[in-house]
Amino acid sequence: MSELVRLSAAQAAAAVGAGELDPLALFEAYRARAAADQLNAFTWVAEGAPAPVAGPLGGVPLAVKDLFCTEGVPSQSGSRILEGYRPPYTATVVERLARAGAPLLAKTNQDEFAMGSSTENSAFGPVRNPWDHGRVPGGSSGGSAAAVAAGLAPWALGTDTGGSIRQPAALCGIVGLKPTYGAVSRYGMIAFASSLDQAGPLARDVTDAALLYSQMVGERDPCDSTSLTFPGPIELPQRADLRGLRLGVPAELTGEGIEPGVLEVFEAAIQLARSLGATVEPCALPHAPHALAAYYVLAPAEASSNLARFDGVRYGYRASDADDLLAMYTRTRHDGFGAEVKRRIMLGTYALSSGYYDAYYGRAQRVRTKIAEDFAAAFERFDFIVTPTAPGVAFEFGAKTADPFAMYLNDFCTVPMSLAGIPAISIPCGLAPPPGGERPLPVGLQLAGPPFSENGLLAASFALEAALAFDGSAVRA
Amino acid sequence: MIGRDEVRHVARLARLELSDEEVDRMAVELAGVLEHISTIGELDLDGVAPTSHVVAVENALRPDEPRPSLARERVLAGAPAVVDDGFAVPSPQA
Amino acid sequence: MSSALEPVIGLEIHVQLATATKLFCGCELSFGAPANTHTCAVCLGLPGALPVVNARAIHFGLMIGMALGCEIAPRSIFHRKNYFYPDLPKGYQISQYDEPLCRGGELAGVRIHRVHLEEDAAKLVHIGASGRIHGSEQSLVDFNRGGTPLVEIVTEPDVHSPAQAREWLELLRVTLRVLGVSDVNMDEGSLRADANVSLRAAGSEQLGTKTELKNMNSFRFLERGVAAEIERQRAILEAGEEVVQETLHFDPSSGAISSLRSKEEAHDYRYFPEPDLVPIATTEAMLDAARTAMPELPAARAERFERELGLGAERARQLAFRAELGDFYERALAADAAHPRRLADWVGGELVGALADEDPAASTVSPAALAALVAMVAERTLTVTAAREVLGVLVADGGDPGQIVAARGLEAIDDEAGLAAIVARVVAGDPQAAEQVRAGNAKAIGALIGPVMRETRGRADGAEVTRLIHAALGLQSADDQA
Ligand SMILES: [Mg+2]
Ligand SMILES: [Zn+2]
Repeated sequence: MSELVRLSAAQAAAAVGAGELDPLALFEAYRARAAADQLNAFTWVAEGAPAPVAGPLGGVPLAVKDLFCTEGVPSQSGSRILEGYRPPYTATVVERLARAGAPLLAKTNQDEFAMGSSTENSAFGPVRNPWDHGRVPGGSSGGSAAAVAAGLAPWALGTDTGGSIRQPAALCGIVGLKPTYGAVSRYGMIAFASSLDQAGPLARDVTDAALLYSQMVGERDPCDSTSLTFPGPIELPQRADLRGLRLGVPAELTGEGIEPGVLEVFEAAIQLARSLGATVEPCALPHAPHALAAYYVLAPAEASSNLARFDGVRYGYRASDADDLLAMYTRTRHDGFGAEVKRRIMLGTYALSSGYYDAYYGRAQRVRTKIAEDFAAAFERFDFIVTPTAPGVAFEFGAKTADPFAMYLNDFCTVPMSLAGIPAISIPCGLAPPPGGERPLPVGLQLAGPPFSENGLLAASFALEAALAFDGSAVRA
Repeated sequence: MIGRDEVRHVARLARLELSDEEVDRMAVELAGVLEHISTIGELDLDGVAPTSHVVAVENALRPDEPRPSLARERVLAGAPAVVDDGFAVPSPQA
Repeated sequence: MSSALEPVIGLEIHVQLATATKLFCGCELSFGAPANTHTCAVCLGLPGALPVVNARAIHFGLMIGMALGCEIAPRSIFHRKNYFYPDLPKGYQISQYDEPLCRGGELAGVRIHRVHLEEDAAKLVHIGASGRIHGSEQSLVDFNRGGTPLVEIVTEPDVHSPAQAREWLELLRVTLRVLGVSDVNMDEGSLRADANVSLRAAGSEQLGTKTELKNMNSFRFLERGVAAEIERQRAILEAGEEVVQETLHFDPSSGAISSLRSKEEAHDYRYFPEPDLVPIATTEAMLDAARTAMPELPAARAERFERELGLGAERARQLAFRAELGDFYERALAADAAHPRRLADWVGGELVGALADEDPAASTVSPAALAALVAMVAERTLTVTAAREVLGVLVADGGDPGQIVAARGLEAIDDEAGLAAIVARVVAGDPQAAEQVRAGNAKAIGALIGPVMRETRGRADGAEVTRLIHAALGLQSADDQA
């Protein structure tokens, strides 16, 4: 492994800033690694470095999930229906990061239109988990997570709709932050579910995540009506302990359905938090068990509409054998979309259709209200909620593809925060063997806080990270 | 819970071609997912307001000021079929 | 039965707003520009693009709502109306559904149901089997128009005849034009009308099955289309059959009505709140801005012309509904307010005729000049005939009426003796006509008046000439008898 790749992104940025490191050499080191990728983590890799831009991100190259539009660079959201599509514009957040000194290194593989928890639903084929090449990296930002874990990229952008940053971060043993809804511009992100989608960093450690995130937020984006100005800057975390911090552990998300190995590692992390000075007590999120059901109404409903623009008229794939308009639409969409995307389009169309709206969409919106109220009540007593990020460690390819709902259960612990629009971070907290397996795999710890509590979440995560001393360097070799 | 005719109707609304075999599979899969989803039918949600958005923002308006449009070559560059600078489609009247 | 059926008509009007840019993006509005030159990521529905609402579109929507006496919603939201069509780039139209910007209201006795904002579709042109792409029937999409802001105005079914539909739409059009919110050009599609038509037994409250007649692109077509649809439905009902609820197209050239979407499945638009936009909360500042921008509306102006200036209803409406005439008239009144009715007749009659529908503000006739001309006529220092000649000069070259009159020697002849001498000479020169007039043939007097007018070059007052002819023939004038 190149010496350069040993440096964290923050260390590399500091070295560039101090004039000790040539950013072009850094770019080329990662470019070469990305080009030689064995994990299928990338859909596109830069041929060379763009002209360096001085900035707080120090020229440290960035891998970006395929669904972010990047001008002139393939952006297909993992779908065949956007075959050959090169957007004429760049997503706001990618643009901001480039201006802050993070040049585009590569586009990363993902579940098609971010629908999935294993990155098995990609038109580019599945991504391998660097910890075990026979297992999934999680999803939908599986390419970003695998690339960062394997040291093929110093850091990466992902998106999280119901857990798509946090869950792959957990399964790959890295840090992933899902921001407060609205904190990061969605302009130029190929949408899955508009009211839930958020871009966030995937990084080797908490400091890197904070550094990248600090340049993603700021003034609201006038091109995204739902974006918000972040109150104050994101600071690099310094916290050494958790004294005075009140952590709530919701019974609803830490019991049934969680693998015993995961629970064990989670309990140990909780004990560690106590030893760092936190008070940890049970808390109630009574509607959280219904979050998944509500999510699988709302997200597919929005998706069914968001994906209507893929019609073979203006860009992307068009079925060649259609002579009439209806056949052009239906065949284009039949051939262009994968099975999971079609399933969700069907589900969402059904939930919005005449006669079913109130029973599904209307009710799901009300469940969403109750879930947000649960969190608001919990945050009166607790600073943060902690749960395992995912109910299990990385699973084998094909293990959950037969039953759609079994796959959806991966999001059980992450979806409630998405519905409430609150920030949540996943940090690696240990290793646990998979059921029936031996080689231990990473487990993620999720911390969630009230809107705009990212600084607090990062600081607490930083203290925990130091105490946990999780070592992922083996998979970066 | 969801029959084949209903699957076909929804597929038509969504403009998705499904073979008979795909209709059968979809009916089974959707029924499975809908069974889980239907648990929200058991909750008492009387008087609960719907949330379509978690952000408390209103009036994100834009001044009525022109911004440059895209050059036509770029607009048409990725189109599957172009005739006379228009996007060509099978006629809806046909 | 036929006499007992009464038409019930509701109108749905789509108005393109005269903003600089589209509803959700910064592309400039255009008409007739080369295809696909006014488009961007947002209005092409490119992946990842997001809409942002144009503040002026909301402002115009509020003005329209106020002009129609609507209740303005304190909070309104956009919905997605989902359906597939090549002119709809995102697969949904962003429109308003159950929380529109305005509800209620009334214009000229027709109640307004709602007023809402939405985006226009693109233009789809059928080109037939061009052979260029596997020989099938093709259409071309031009997205220049896509995303143009529209206000949709829906009335209650308060219209009861084709003529009323036309008149009401004319009033709506001038109202919108005076507001300055739209070009209201039916030829270019900036004002489009659909009509919902049904028949019911006169006096009944129960509405019959309605049909929707689409896109009648002129006032005349609206009137004719609605009339044709009423007759079609009347024939169906009189034959004891039932009207089918459907969308119809009126072909103005043949007068035929055909079904527009008979083959399509029932629509299921799957409306849901647009998650890419946030609610519109009408603030006091927004309401104030709309209120401040409101001009006097045509109906109110016509009423004021009648009430304050004593104009007849017809003349008042003419001047008020053509704002440029009303404006010219009021500027002329500002110069000389002594003869409001006569001045109105000159603006709405002589001037409109002489200018052949040109905007008088753009002509060489100044409002003060016309006021001065009318004053001379009213004070009888200029005959109507001479005044028309002066107006002709004003239209051709402009100038001051007093100077034109002086230069051309057009002053009315107020020298009774001189005029009497001319009359005596004419009567003596045509004894035959004189005899006929004397014998009671009133028409024959024309043969005597003509030469007098010729000799005076129109400067003599017609009534005075008639009186003098009668006097010369020893007859009692009609005026004297009265
Ligand atoms: Mg409409
Ligand atoms: Zn545009």
